[in-house]
Amino acid sequence: MAKRVGMEVGIAAAEAVGMCNIDMAAVYPITPQSHIAEHLSEIVADGRIDAEFVTVESEHTSISCVSGASATGARVYTATSSQGLLYMHEILPIVSAMRLPVVMGNANRAISGPINIWNDHSDIMPQRDAGWIVLFADNGQEVVDLTIQSFKIAEHKEVMLPICLNMDGFQLTHTVELIEFPDQKKVDKFLPPRKPLATLHPDNPVSMGTLGMPEIYAEARKSQDVALINSKQYILQIWDEWEKMFGRRYKPVETYRADDAEILMLTMGSMGETAELAVDQLREKGMSVGLVKLRLWRPFPFEELKAAVKNAKLLIVTDRAVSFGGSGGPVYIEVKAGLYHEKERPLIYNYIIGLGGRDVPVPCFVEMFEAAAQSAEKGIVKDYEYYGVRG
Amino acid sequence: MNIIENFELYAPRLIDKEEYFCSGHRACQGCGEALAIRLMCKALGPDTVVANGTGCMEVISSFYPTTAWNLPWIHLAFENAAAVGSGVEAGLKALRRKGKIPDRDVKAVAIAGDGGTMDIGMQSLSGAMERGHDLLYVCFDNEAYMNTGIQRSSGTPFGAATTTSPAGRASFGQKTWKKNVPEIMVAHNVPYVATASPSYPLDFMNKVKKARKVKGPSYIHCLSVCPTGWRSASNLTIKMGRLAVETGVFPLYEVEDGKYRITVEVDELRPVEDYLKHQGRFRHLTPDVIEMIQERVYQEYNKLLDKVNGLHAWSDLKFEGELFE
Repeated sequence: MAKRVGMEVGIAAAEAVGMCNIDMAAVYPITPQSHIAEHLSEIVADGRIDAEFVTVESEHTSISCVSGASATGARVYTATSSQGLLYMHEILPIVSAMRLPVVMGNANRAISGPINIWNDHSDIMPQRDAGWIVLFADNGQEVVDLTIQSFKIAEHKEVMLPICLNMDGFQLTHTVELIEFPDQKKVDKFLPPRKPLATLHPDNPVSMGTLGMPEIYAEARKSQDVALINSKQYILQIWDEWEKMFGRRYKPVETYRADDAEILMLTMGSMGETAELAVDQLREKGMSVGLVKLRLWRPFPFEELKAAVKNAKLLIVTDRAVSFGGSGGPVYIEVKAGLYHEKERPLIYNYIIGLGGRDVPVPCFVEMFEAAAQSAEKGIVKDYEYYGVRG
Repeated sequence: MNIIENFELYAPRLIDKEEYFCSGHRACQGCGEALAIRLMCKALGPDTVVANGTGCMEVISSFYPTTAWNLPWIHLAFENAAAVGSGVEAGLKALRRKGKIPDRDVKAVAIAGDGGTMDIGMQSLSGAMERGHDLLYVCFDNEAYMNTGIQRSSGTPFGAATTTSPAGRASFGQKTWKKNVPEIMVAHNVPYVATASPSYPLDFMNKVKKARKVKGPSYIHCLSVCPTGWRSASNLTIKMGRLAVETGVFPLYEVEDGKYRITVEVDELRPVEDYLKHQGRFRHLTPDVIEMIQERVYQEYNKLLDKVNGLHAWSDLKFEGELFE
């Protein structure tokens, strides 16, 4: 029977990994990922799962180490955050190019400087082009569900790509939520042991990570892009399967009261639930607003996004990272580019919010909705704006 | 194969005829490193997985879609051979314990050059050795970043001219002494540490074989003559390796459980000039610099002899009990 328990989300993430019959994990501690690392080590130390737990000397090594283990055919997990993710950066595109199904949790945290341990998305955004599948969770339940799903997606023989599951640091990782844990037997059925296509073993020696000269490199890169784009259909399949077995539906683009809304806001990560409350308040006032939540950052769900915003007049994109000297936040740039060829497209505004743990409570979302609506009514088209930032 | 397993020492006729590192690779003529890898693989045998750091060996052996490797082989990046190797070890260990792969002893081996080991890979090497993985790490030291065009590393010897430590009117080349990585590995309490050279093939292969049997971390530092970077004649590779040993520049020894032993005894050290004079990288050296090198070689050699004569095996070191009374 599935059980519902109150649990800190970081701990729950480790519990979810513990349900996935992993063979090996390598982790280096960093706030706010540390509770995941600690609790996973407890699960191994208590003998609840049979896995090698390697306490490495850096994130560069944790990602390298799980990659080596993944290449032997092991099911592997790592988790990191912020500077740790940046330290992994060099290795991330190699993992995806080698098609190693590594699953990684990322407790989103601001990057230095100034040094700051609190939540925003500036750690994951520089990894955008690493060729990984990148997912965002909105709450603790999603962290658990998406963690389990991630192994199945990553290891699917038509996918074979690493996955980074983003969960907002502190806002999610250190918050106690009511979470329904699926039944272990059902998880085992949903997620059978990994069946790798090729492994590092003397019975069938293979060379992995070879040198690609100019005559082959471009083809290798293209095939990787094709693989990432194609992965979406299998992600959707696996989410269907999850819904049938566990009853919860996952979509690349989630919507909230968006069908008839004239003004839409787009969020990614845990702020979606706060924005939902703002939508409710404004709906009560009679304002035609709704919410679009991006779950799948890579491969980017262009079709689903277009369908979700096609009837809106105004789309307010929120970003939790800065693309210095660019035309807006990274999500905004992506969304705007994706809608450029559409004949009917909404006006698009961009707010950069919640940097380095700056709180964005419900009234702020209300204000953003109202300010953008008034501005649009006057016909003022603005590019990005820092919300509530001095100077 | 089983016959060889039963012998403590190799003899030439017992060397595996199988090639695990095959011909057809693109190493330079007279490459000491490619030769050393071929010998290493023969000593390791087929039940081996190799994790290779970026460098000459990965470049010359893995032009897609070809490979020189008849062993399972993986390469990710420059500085993480030890990290990938430790992951391979952990993966194989878990899979074997859980019955997902055949119940057989497969050795994880990490290899990299001097740059990938002594400079950029130092952290991941230190981490892997400290964690105690059942991992053999072999550094193939050709004493500079040869793959990128002969830039100096911390393995480059004093006085050598490289493309980033050139000799000029105001410089005699490399101004620092070679970093002693085998000693750093001993300081990690690694149960087996050795220096080696393909110019002494049986000595090298015996050390690899010994290291393979260690259930834990082991480290071999292999001097790999590089005619391209050393500006030496390619037909002199074996001779250069021998001269490095005979002059005391690169003594061959092993440290087993903390006990030092010189494995290739040299009755009387030849002058270092015998070694330096064949190499274009030292051509510019004046007698006073050569004298400095000579003094340093004697000093280092005596330091080593001190350890050989004075240090005991760790397992022989027993407390008398006073410490705890």
